[in-house]
Amino acid sequence: MVVKVYGPAYGSSKRVLVCLVEKGIDFETVPVDLIKGDLKQPDFLALQPFGVVPVIQDGEYTLYESRAIIRYYAEKYKSQGSDLLGKTIEERGVVEQWVEVEAHNYHPPIYNLTVHILFASKLGFPADEKLIKESEEKIGKVLDIYEERLSKSKYLAGDFFSLADLSHLPFTQRLVSEMGKEYMIRDRKHVSAWWDDISSRPSWNKVKHLQ
Amino acid sequence: MALKLYGAPMSTGTTRVMIALHEKDLDFELVPVDLFAGEQKEPPFLSKNPFGLIPALEDGDLTLFESRAITAYVAEKHNETGTDLIRHRDLKESALVKVWKEVESQQYDPAISPIVYQHVVAPIRGQSPDQAIIDANVEKLGKVLDIYEARLSESKYLSGDFYSLADLHHLPFTYYFMKTPYASLINERPHVKAWWEDISSRPAFKKVAEGMTFGDL
Repeated sequence: MVVKVYGPAYGSSKRVLVCLVEKGIDFETVPVDLIKGDLKQPDFLALQPFGVVPVIQDGEYTLYESRAIIRYYAEKYKSQGSDLLGKTIEERGVVEQWVEVEAHNYHPPIYNLTVHILFASKLGFPADEKLIKESEEKIGKVLDIYEERLSKSKYLAGDFFSLADLSHLPFTQRLVSEMGKEYMIRDRKHVSAWWDDISSRPSWNKVKHLQ
Repeated sequence: MALKLYGAPMSTGTTRVMIALHEKDLDFELVPVDLFAGEQKEPPFLSKNPFGLIPALEDGDLTLFESRAITAYVAEKHNETGTDLIRHRDLKESALVKVWKEVESQQYDPAISPIVYQHVVAPIRGQSPDQAIIDANVEKLGKVLDIYEARLSESKYLSGDFYSLADLHHLPFTYYFMKTPYASLINERPHVKAWWEDISSRPAFKKVAEGMTFGDL
């Protein structure tokens, strides 16, 4: 059964796609256009009532929320492809911790930057410069803590690549490329080495340009 | 070895974990962190969570922070005791627990937490509530609750006909929210109201709610 993933161009969907590649799960993509309002159409809302990407269909399963989907596949196919959850319940706990850090500390400001730097003009509202500045400061503080953490372990949850690192890929890619803020990563030695490592994985190279 | 939970009995993150520990019938020691003195931003606590936020759990050699990570860890480690909060025996049910946990985390929490913050926490800190922030989030929360209403007309709980972490995670913020003038957002939606009455009357939550006093509320 091939997993159908909606909205491959968007960051949250890429979080799911890179996980599927790491696990060796076949997928097909269905493009949706956020700017044209595809997400608010009845067909899409029937799949994903909140009107956001991603949503996946896998046989009789329709699932949404990217971090729920990656946990599902990482658990279901634990022994296939890369192990993204750690070997013990304790390691899994630490993976969960850093996935939550990404979701609650890193994502909100980087999402604000993405919306206001890359999408404001396309969506027809003015970029909020104050919010951009505050968001960059918040990301800087989070990256300072990552720098400390990554000086002690190669990856966020320990010495193994996990969902916690994977979850950072899509929006950090936008930060260093389209948003022109690579210095935020490069100014921090261990964060910089971590970024080079995780962003050079074959899975990410396969997924990052999917439209 | 008994679990140690560092936190405060009125904190939403701390209580989220406490409710889960009670559902699992686990003994734990609550080690108070004095938020008003800023203890969570000082070195002893920062070694447990560098982000300076409560709670943190110590289980033997392991220290974990982020309330939703802690509840997931506890529910998995002790999946055979107390209430099964992750439906670990059924792949489909456990997938839906994951989905609705994330809905809480990504859709519900960002809308409800600013309302509670502005209404409850700001006055304690001597700030006046920002009505524009409240209004924008009341509108956002209303839209989220419309989807909950539809969902809860089909199943008793968010992930299906069973109580799980997905429901449990809503308790702390909703409890404070129900003491604000915006509680009608819940009460005017019959299925959401019935769900709230059900989950907030569970003994594990009632035990924790006793300590959830905040200012005049």
